[in-house]
Amino acid sequence: MDVDRRVADLEGLPRKNGELVFETPWQSRAFGMAVVLNERGTYVWNEFRGRLVAEIARDPECEYYGSWLAALEGVLLDQGVLTAEELDRRRGEYARQERDEVF
Amino acid sequence: MSGDHGHHPEAPSGFEARTLALESLLVEKGLIASAAVDQVVAAFEQDIGPMRGARAVARAWVDPEFKKRLVNNPAQALAEIGIMGYGVEQLVVVENTPSVRNVIVCTLCSCYPYSVLGLPPTWYKSAPYRSRVVLEPRAVLSEMGLELPDNVDLRVWDSSADLRYMVLPERPRGTEGMSEERLAALVTRDCMIGVADPAVPAAVR
Repeated sequence: MDVDRRVADLEGLPRKNGELVFETPWQSRAFGMAVVLNERGTYVWNEFRGRLVAEIARDPECEYYGSWLAALEGVLLDQGVLTAEELDRRRGEYARQERDEVF
Repeated sequence: MSGDHGHHPEAPSGFEARTLALESLLVEKGLIASAAVDQVVAAFEQDIGPMRGARAVARAWVDPEFKKRLVNNPAQALAEIGIMGYGVEQLVVVENTPSVRNVIVCTLCSCYPYSVLGLPPTWYKSAPYRSRVVLEPRAVLSEMGLELPDNVDLRVWDSSADLRYMVLPERPRGTEGMSEERLAALVTRDCMIGVADPAVPAAVR
């Protein structure tokens, strides 16, 4: 769409076509998990949004869904749904390819 | 997603590993089902999109009473045409007139009327749009191809967790007699954000 391209040409804006929703599968999973957890009432959306605002402010250079993922992790850790230890351990297992992917 | 046994040929990136870790733990704890995440992603990518909002705008153009209800009580009006669900309750519809134009933004993050417009475009989430549209809205709109006369009152609406805005654009001239369905096809996502006009059919341009 033309207008997207014009906007994308604005100084400082990411040079992407605005129509692209998710650039990678993990972005869509991070998005979907946050929505599903909210619908289930696992956390209140405002808490997540507050976290997201804080993450974007903390690291404005971070890609958008990176901030999104950090906000989601933060809320779940805060609520005690997950522990930092189990999250670290599981991340390591995926990073070392000891586990099959789930998406 | 790849490989004979589901193994990635390369190690996952940091974000990938973190997302995989999170999803697998949440599934194990019974907090989410991967199929539910699939459904949400598919819905936002394909089904919801801006067409829900476009349908509401087209109905408002052909039915003045519906338009009043859409502006005064969006959740109720949208329910009439089968649009319900998350986020509808927080929706505020701001109406463009010959003398008033509206544009939406979320200066803090990227709050967006997901329920009627689907997912926001990349530029909506960008720092330059979020900051500049408040400081110099006319310049931003002009760069996006929308020139507004000086005598038009331009209002910028900053979304929040509790309030999500959607712009109700003016019905373009030359569309009298068009069906609701054809009218809906003129209503783009960008004109419901407020950064563009509805597409005008070539025949009346």
